[in-house]
This record gives sequence, C-alpha cells and structure tokens, in this order.
Amino acid sequence: MPEIRNYTLNFGPQHPAAHGVLRLVLEMDGEVVQRADPHIGLLHRGTEKLAESKPYNQSIGYMDRLDYMSMMVNEHGYVKAIERLMGIEPPLRAQYIRVMFDEITRILNHLLWLGTHALDVGAMTMFLYCFREREDLIDCYEAVSGSRMHATYYRPGGVHRDLPGTMAQYEPSRWKSAADVKRLNESRSGSLLDFIEDFTRRFPACVDEYETLLTDNRIWKQRTVGIGVVSPERARQMGLTGPMLRGSGVAWDLRKKQPYAVYDRMDFDIPVGVNGDSYDRYLVRIEEMRQSNRIIRQCVDWLKANPGPVMIDDHKVAPPPREEMKADMESLIHHFKLFTEGYCVPEGEVYSAVEHPKGEFAVYLISDGANKPYRVKVRPPGFVHLSALDEMSRGHMLADVVTLIGSLDIVFGEIDR
Amino acid sequence: MSEKLDRLTACLEEKIKGRIRSLRQACDELTLEVSAGDLPGVAGTLRRDPELGFDMLVDVCGVDYSAYGVTEWTTESSTAEGFSRGVEKSTFGRFTFDETPPASGRTGPRYAVVYHLLSLTHNHRLRIRVFCEDDEFPTMPSLVEVWNSANWFEREAFDLFGIVFNGHPDLRRILTDYGFVGHPFRKDFPLVGHVEMRYDPEQRRVIYQPVTITPRVLVPRVIRKDHRYLDDAAEEKSADA
Repeated sequence: MPEIRNYTLNFGPQHPAAHGVLRLVLEMDGEVVQRADPHIGLLHRGTEKLAESKPYNQSIGYMDRLDYMSMMVNEHGYVKAIERLMGIEPPLRAQYIRVMFDEITRILNHLLWLGTHALDVGAMTMFLYCFREREDLIDCYEAVSGSRMHATYYRPGGVHRDLPGTMAQYEPSRWKSAADVKRLNESRSGSLLDFIEDFTRRFPACVDEYETLLTDNRIWKQRTVGIGVVSPERARQMGLTGPMLRGSGVAWDLRKKQPYAVYDRMDFDIPVGVNGDSYDRYLVRIEEMRQSNRIIRQCVDWLKANPGPVMIDDHKVAPPPREEMKADMESLIHHFKLFTEGYCVPEGEVYSAVEHPKGEFAVYLISDGANKPYRVKVRPPGFVHLSALDEMSRGHMLADVVTLIGSLDIVFGEIDR
Repeated sequence: MSEKLDRLTACLEEKIKGRIRSLRQACDELTLEVSAGDLPGVAGTLRRDPELGFDMLVDVCGVDYSAYGVTEWTTESSTAEGFSRGVEKSTFGRFTFDETPPASGRTGPRYAVVYHLLSLTHNHRLRIRVFCEDDEFPTMPSLVEVWNSANWFEREAFDLFGIVFNGHPDLRRILTDYGFVGHPFRKDFPLVGHVEMRYDPEQRRVIYQPVTITPRVLVPRVIRKDHRYLDDAAEEKSADA
C-alpha cells in the first residue's frame, strides 16, 4: 500500500462556505490541515484609489460597499474622519440617530453572520429565522434613506434627513390576504421610531429563539467548542479586534474605551468570552445583539423626546434646503459650489476608528488641503482576522475550516476593498 | 485627551531619546517620525516597555507623496481660460497609460510607511511615519517579528506601492491579480490602469489587452486658500508651537 503523503487542496473561490470569493490553498496531511494560505483580492476594486479622484462626499457611497453587511458603520468611520479634520461637530440629534443606526447595523450584521455560520455548520433553520428579522431592519434602512442596503445616509455634519413620520405599508396581493396585510401593517401604522420601538420589544424573544436552537445543541457544540482557540496574547499579537478579541477574554470595546458620537451616554455591557474558541465568539456575538437592542431602545426614547436639527447649519459643508435654494441667491451659489466642486478639507491627517460589528474599522485620511482626499486608507477588521486563519486552522480537520471561516465573520468587500 | 497625549509625549521623549525625528500633536493624535534604520529598535521599545505598552499594531499604510499639493485649478488669481482650465490633464485621474503625470515640485523622499499602534493596557494610540530613503527602490525593515499582524499589511503595501520590506517571511502580492505588473496605488499609475481582461471567442480563452476606456474625472482637484482655511491653518500652527 502506498504511503499517504501531504497534498494540496484548493478551497474556493466558488464554494458556498467561502463567504464570497475566498480562495484557500490548504496543505493537508490526510484530513488534517497543515497550512492554510488564503488568496484574496478577487474582489479588489481599488476603492481607496477611486476615492482619491473624487470630492469627499462622493466616496460615502463607496464606504457602504466595503463591508456590504454593515453599511452605515463604515460610513460613520469615513464621515467622522472628515468631521474631525474640519473640526465640525454634528448636532446632538444626528449623533443619536447615528448611534441608533450603528446598532441596527450591528444587529443586521450579526444576524447575517449567525444565519450563514449556522448554515455552513448544518443548521438550515437558523438562516430562515435570521432573515425574518433582518427584513424589518432593512425596512428601517429603506424608510430613512430610500435604499435597502447601500444607504449613503451619514454625511459630514450630520445625517441626510430626519427620521420619517410614516412607514411604508404592505398592500394586499395574490400572496398576501387582507387579513395578513392588516397584521403586517399593525407595527407600521406609526412613525419609524414607533416601528423600531416595536422591534426592540419583539427582538429579545427572537434572540431567545435562536439560542434554543443552538446554544445547547449537541451538534452545534461538537462543531464549535474547542475549535480555533486563540489565547489573549496571540489575539493581541495578531491584531484581532472586536468580537474576535473579546471572545478571547479581553474586555476591549471602542464604544466604551474611546467613545465617539454619544456612546458615552449609553448604558450597555461588553460581553467577554473565556476560552477563545468558536463557541465563545458565538456567545459574545449573541449577547452583543441583546446589548445593541438595549442601546437602540435608549436612542428611541431620547429621539422621541428631543426633536431638532440633524445637519449642521454651515452651508460651506452641508447643502442648503431645496426650497431655500429656489428663492435665495446665496443658497443657490452654495448648492452649486458644493455639488460641482465640493468643500476643501484643511491640510492634515486623521485616523478615525469606530467599533464595527466585526472589529476595529478605521479610516486614515490624509488631506493636502484639496477638495479630494490625498490618501484614504481603510483599516478593515476582516483583513486582519483572515490573516490569522492560517494559525487558527493548523491541526484542525478540513470541516473545521468551514467553522472557522464562519467564526471569523469575514466579508470580502472590506478585505479586498 | 491632550493631557494624556502630553504624558505620552514626555514618556516617548525619554524612552527613545535621540531617535526622534519629529513628534507632533494634531487632531488629538500623536505622530512620531523616525528614520528607517531606527525603526526596528524603536518598535521593540514601544512594544516591550511597560510604560508605553503598545501591544497592538492596528494598521500599516503606504503613502506616495509625489503628487502632494498638485492642483488643476488656479484659485488665487482669475484667468481668462474659463472652464477649460479645469479639465486639463494634470493629476492621476486624467492621464492615460502612455502619458506621464506632472511633477509636484515637492522635495524630500517620495514613499512613506505609516504605522498605527494601539495600547490596550494604557488605552492610547500612536502614529509612526517612516520615509523610505531611496525613491527608486524603496525599502523598509519588516516588523513582522515585533507584531505578527504586520504580515499582511506589509504585503499589501508592497503590492500597492512597491515598498520592499526587508526580512518579511513571505513577501508576495496580495490584492492584485496573479501576474499583475506595476504598483497601482503609486501616483503615477493611471486610474484607468494599463491592461483590461476579456474573453476572446476566437482564441477561446481570456486575454489581456491595452485599456480601451478613456480617463474621465469631471471634478478638478482644487486647493482653496481663502480666509476660511487660512484661519484654521494658522490656528493649528500656533497650537503646535
């Protein structure tokens, strides 16, 4: 019988568990992984280079498409960088709206992660459950920006417009009876804030439901407990952030440690893991969804009680309202200059980090005083996490690589940029 | 915030005395400049010294300073040329692959590598900028041994800017295509690129050919030095001093 030797296995780029376009070259000894070499860049679009050729505001939309599962948090990092360089502060209401949508985005991201991660490991039902709740949150995106995913809602100086007073309603059709429509529209009869408030009331029970399916599930535990253990020291050395770092037991969260927007006014806890394996990271993310729900609730209460402007009044940065523009010469000039040339950002550089659902997302911006950035560097959390895959997967079975990729929570929009 | 930065500044001045080229505070951030030769030693101190304790390298970023301050539109005096002055080929969004961009007149080294450090124990950040000494063949000592997270970031800077990291264990391209020629984030690399890929039905395979798209950037690059920006710049300078 011939001796079994090491062989190389090509995983992806078209593999359902590769979460997009990951190509992994795995060196195997039997079924045990000896070395994993991820080949990335199949989705490289040169976002950073494109941003250098456009006025600042035109790149906000590109940020949505970086990590296309947590759109508004990316925008927050970029917009905050511009604001810090220009030395402007958005109105308080805009900051609350940003925090609320950051947390909505966090739930959106974690729901997608949970659904696909469980699907990879073999639990089909989770995917359906998670997408049910995602639908409601995506409707919030749509209500506020007109777009279900790529919102381009945050702008330097605030947010594009205030929260709408009505929600879109379902209409009876061949697939939805009048009774169904009535039931579906019940939570949509009020404003967007009423709808979100209703969601925050429903959501904890939904998380309980996910947990009943997974947390004590024997198969789930067999697939995740002890897989990809990262010690706190190694996590720091490899640059892991976000739930990956907290799963290893390091209580580090930028929302608490280096608060931005109005996170210092929010009451929430940071969940921390113990063993640093895939199961702990799962528990951390599940608890983060509950904490995000708490933050959203606090924002809704504040936003209901405190109306006000959502954009700064400086028309050198933010365009004037439409009606004003039609009657006032000054406003017309401002509008024209902003949309043909943009605004110039003072010379300097800034590194603006936000706590992204996946880790530390940051935009490093260098300006030479022009209306276009000189250099934009996006610091993607997933890029660093994927670079740790080699070390995490060594000695594990091929099937565990799938668990690990799920546990890393990677999205190729941000890794390849 | 600034109190914390002052403390860190004092600490750095003591610990890496003589190796600091400049240490500036702006936008609540501290930027340290050191020479490429000193970098590994400084990095080791920053990581191991308990008072500094930079246990994480969060970002490594290459920068090409060759087009710094290049504009396409005169804003300080009026000209008789109308809008056409805005669409002249000048910065990288506008020239095609067979043209060369204008020089900026900037003196000093062209490439720099910028590192962002984070200390989880002390909760502070630091930016290190290191210029590459040779513009023709930019090199930089690798920091993979100090912080393992530098591995992929250095590969990225090599891929996009052509900065060679000495001592890197596995310096391959990472983001661009297999067999890619050139370093796309350099300022003299055109935005439209050099080659495009398509399927050729006659040869029945995928082929590369010179790009057929024309560069099209509509908004000119402008630096305005009117009172709004001058005030800010003057304030910042006085704050630094």
